[in-house]
Formats: sequence, structure tokens, C-alpha cells
Amino acid sequence: MRRNLGPIYTTPMALWITAFFVAPVCIIAVYSFCAKATYGGVVWRFSLDAYAALANKGLAAVALKTLLQSAAATVITLALAVPASYYIARSRYKNALLFLVIVPFWTNFLIRIYAWVAILGTNGFINGFLVSAGLLSSPVQFLYNQYAVVTVLVYTYLPFAILPLYATIEKFDFSLIEAAQDLGATKYQSMVRVLLPNIKSGIITAVLFTFIPAFGQYAVPQLVGGRDSFMLGNVIARELTVSRNLPLSSSISVALTLVTMAGVLLFVKFQAGAAQKVRPAREAV
Amino acid sequence: MRSFVKGSRVTVQNVSKQFGDFRAVSGVSFEIAGGEFFSLLGPSGCGKTTLLRIIAGFEDPTSGDVLLDGTSVLSLAPNNRRVNTVFQSYALFPHLSVFENVAFPLRLKKAAPSEIADRVGHYLNLVKLDSHISKMPAQLSGGQKQRVAIARALINEPSVLLLDEPLSALDAKLRQHMLIELDAIHDEVGITFIYVTHDQQEAISVSDRVAVMNDGAVLQVGTPAQVYETPSDRFVATFIGETNLMRGKILFVKDGVAALETGAGTLLAAAKNGAEKGDAAEFTVRPEKVVISTAKPAAGGDKNCVEGTVDEMIYTGFLTKYFVATKSGAVFKAFRQERGAMAGGEHIRCGDAVFLSWHPADAFMVEARKA
Repeated sequence: MRRNLGPIYTTPMALWITAFFVAPVCIIAVYSFCAKATYGGVVWRFSLDAYAALANKGLAAVALKTLLQSAAATVITLALAVPASYYIARSRYKNALLFLVIVPFWTNFLIRIYAWVAILGTNGFINGFLVSAGLLSSPVQFLYNQYAVVTVLVYTYLPFAILPLYATIEKFDFSLIEAAQDLGATKYQSMVRVLLPNIKSGIITAVLFTFIPAFGQYAVPQLVGGRDSFMLGNVIARELTVSRNLPLSSSISVALTLVTMAGVLLFVKFQAGAAQKVRPAREAV
Repeated sequence: MRSFVKGSRVTVQNVSKQFGDFRAVSGVSFEIAGGEFFSLLGPSGCGKTTLLRIIAGFEDPTSGDVLLDGTSVLSLAPNNRRVNTVFQSYALFPHLSVFENVAFPLRLKKAAPSEIADRVGHYLNLVKLDSHISKMPAQLSGGQKQRVAIARALINEPSVLLLDEPLSALDAKLRQHMLIELDAIHDEVGITFIYVTHDQQEAISVSDRVAVMNDGAVLQVGTPAQVYETPSDRFVATFIGETNLMRGKILFVKDGVAALETGAGTLLAAAKNGAEKGDAAEFTVRPEKVVISTAKPAAGGDKNCVEGTVDEMIYTGFLTKYFVATKSGAVFKAFRQERGAMAGGEHIRCGDAVFLSWHPADAFMVEARKA
């Protein structure tokens, strides 16, 4: 007799997700509709105060900064990850190269950010080299600005972009590139017109894996950013730790989650739609 | 109606290709006339696909030259050669419809939409696929994909079309059908076709000329009849069609006919150039040229005759294959059509004693070595 065991297989995962993802999100959402207690915590009373405060707080500038920094990081990450994954997928040493991509995960994330402080700081490696080489008379501060934030964001998410892209490019039929060149395409044209459309699922995944976590980043701007490059994550942390305003920090989190979700849905839908729409229109010619 | 340039003359000059320790192509030379349907025939791994990729520009030869109409094309990238390829795996772009796949080369050239529609329509019509233009490659059958690949390779109006085992993924019946269509398309466009295949039947039935390859070398170039009837060596004889190989010692050569002493008695065969008395020779006779009969054939000075017993027979419909064991222990193949089989014709069964006879001119010497 055949029994449907599907639900049993998925139960552990469902429990896990519920306990550690759905439940916390729900708690945050509930907190955001509560009133603020005087010494931190929440008063169990329905209130829209947090959302009113959110609207009055003038978070537009920070939100825009967050968007720009994470978008810039995503674009640069992708520009580096596509050629890198292409090279890895075609290389004889792909296993060794993939291993190198994963190696950074062996070190704690915060320690890796501090390593960037050691590289970019006024007493860091780069300044030390430039000064001793006589190219600079005194050290330059590379840290604590938006460029440092974007640089470290790119560094942080590059492996997350390379892995899904590698997985897609590895399955790509490279004879299609030869076919395109045979039909008159230059190397560049064959990449843009044949490779990129066929690895779109990998590109979408890489964009999501980079943009979403970058958009909610807290540690990177905290450690290598300055006042001009703080992101929404830092605002949430500040409201949570300094002001001890749980409802407000929850409401910002909820807004961040909704905006991210809406953005992702639109992006995926647009990507899927673009592929469907172009062709019949052209054929009508 | 289309302005195809005349098919180019293709000259392959002493081309070799080395991959590490492996010599894929060694010193191959031949010339293909403009508009010819030329086949590269050989077993897998014989270097025929590598040779095709060198002509297309995907590989550079280690040495040698490839010329189109007398001009070397080695310095040209694949996209600048007037050569297009139909790939073995079709290599259709999975993200583009049938129409867009065929239109791809024209879009690269930024051709006018009306011209694109006109030309794509023409070529899809040529390959009889005009009713599937908006389908995606994944929705097509193997034969349809093949047609798209051909239309796409022709739309640039190349002077040479390279076909890399184009029918190998199709089933036998469809293969036969596509072969006839390929021939018709070749007649229509009139350009040079270079067709790579390991299937001798395909090569023989459509080609103007065939180059038989093995181990990176071309063994024989000739018309299908030449390579079939007068194979240059043992490999060509056995690779193309079925054959009987016999060894013997040359007793004498007279008027181009050699008498050989073999295990099955003295037999006559057309002598290879330079074959002399005393040479150890090998010769071949095609099974369909061997007459099998239960009655002893009338004695004639120019007939070869061998006695034997039918060991096995395979009825294939249009002919019957007899495997006859001779007294010397060798097994001979003889094919015949069963004319009048149901109306009292002669029946031959397993175990019957039979006589095999053939004309010396049908026995062709493929090897003669000084003893």
C-alpha cells in the first residue's frame, strides 16, 4: 500500500521555520502595534504610536541611503561575480576555486569586517604601503564613509552571488556560444545575447542573495561606515538599544520587511515577464 | 530566388592537430569543389569532427592551412568566415523562439524588420517548418529542432555549410527522410556541404564524394562508388558495407588479374598496382556479388568457385544473408534476393551444401606485401 508520507518529511522543516522565522516576525509585528513602556518593553495595548513616530522621524534620507548603498553593492557584486563564476565553471581547477570562494566562511563575519579596518584604516596596510612608497605624505582615511561600506558589502556578499551563478553557468551548454559566434556574433555579443539570458535564474538568485541581506545590514555600516553611511539596520538597532523603544524599532523592521518583499516580488515578476513578452512582439513583425 | 554566392572551393592542406599527446588529425589534405556535397566518414574519434571544427574556426590547426577559394581563412574568427555549422546537438538558443533562433544572425546585423520577416519566412519554408515559428525549442521534436538548426545556419547565406553528424540523434526512419531533404536543400541552395558522419549508409547515399578517415588520417577520397567498389585498403573495405576478406599468396599476375593461392583453393582477383608474384595479398569481395547456389556453376576459366555449407542464414526481407563455412574453416558471407521464393524458387536452408561463385573483377585486392 502506498502512503503519502510527504507531510511527515516536511514537518521538521515546517516546525523549524515556524519557530525561528515565522514566530519572531509575528512577535515583531505585534510589538509594532503596542505602546511603548517607559523603561523599555511594551505595554499590551493597541497603539499606532510607533507608526506615527516612524512617519515623523524623517527616515526617508536613511532609507534612500540604504537603498543606494545596497543597490550599488549589488551591481558591483554582480559585475564581479558573473565573470568570476564563468571562469570557475570553465576552469580545470573548479573544485579548488570553489573551495577558495567558501574559505572566508571559516572566519567569523565580524572578524572579517575588522580585517577590513586593518586594511583600510589610517594605520592600515594600504596607507602603510602608500606612505612608505612615497605616494602619500600622510595617511588618508579610507574608512567611515559610504565607499568603505559598499566595498565591504561587496566583499561580504560576493560568495553568495558566485555560488548560485556558478551552479547555473556550470549547467550552461557552451556549444551555444560557439553557435552564436558561428552565426556572426562577436565574443561580447555572444555573452550578452546568449549567455546572460540563459543564466537568468542564477542572476536573479544572486541579486536576491546580495540585495536583501545588504538592505538589512547592520554590522558593516556600524563598523566601517560613518554618519553619512548609516543604514536602516543601524536606526533599528539605535531605537532598540539606545532609546529602548521596542514598538518603534519593530515598526521600522516591519516596514523594511514589507518594502523588501514588495521589491523582490516586483523584481521576480518583471524578470519572468520580460522573458515572456519580448518574443511574440518581435514575431509579429 | 535567394542570392546564394556560389559554393566555395575548400582546400585542406596538410592539416594536423595535436591535443597534448593525442594527434587528432595528422597531415590531412584534400580539395572540395564549389557546390560539392562532401562527406567526412569515419568511426568516432577518427578526427573528422576536429577537422570540421578547424574549417569552422573553432580550433586552430597545429600545422597546415585551410583555404576558401584559394585564400587562407586561418586568421579569421568563426564569425568572419562565410562558413556556418549545423551542430550535432543542434545548439538552438533555448531562450529564443523558432523565429528568433533563425533571425538571430540577421538581428546581429541589425537588418530591417521587413527583411528579417521575409528571409526567416523563406528559410523556415525551405525546411518545411513555417507552422511552428512561435514555438520554443523545448516544444519541438528532434527532427523539427534539426530543421531549425539548418534554417538558422543557411540564413547568413554562407558559401560552405558544415554539418556535424546532424542526423545522429534521430530515429532510423526520420533519418532516412531528413537525408533526402538535406539532399534537396543542397540542390536548392547549391553551396558546398561538408557532412561529417560515422554512418557509411548516410555518407554513400547523399555525397558527391566521400573522404574515409581513421586515426586522424584520410585513407581514401572518392565517389561513393569508388570507395565502395574499389576500397584503397583493408579499413575502407571493412568500414563501408559488409565484405569478405581473404588472404592468399600471389601465384602470378596477368592482365591485371592475380591468381592467389588461398585456403579455399586458387582464386582470381583484380590485382593492386605493383602487386607481384610471391606477395602476401589480401582481397575483398562484397557479399552481394557472391552468387550462392546448390547447383555447381558451369565451369568457366574466369569464375571463382568455393564449396561450403550454410552455417547460418538471416532473412532481412529485401535480402537474405547466408553465412557459409568453407572446408578451410573460413566463413563467407553471401547475400541474395529471394526472387520467386513463394513460387517454387530454389530454397537454401541451414546445413545445405552450396557453391559460392563470383567474377574476378568483383574481387578487389586491398593489400599486397612483399613476402
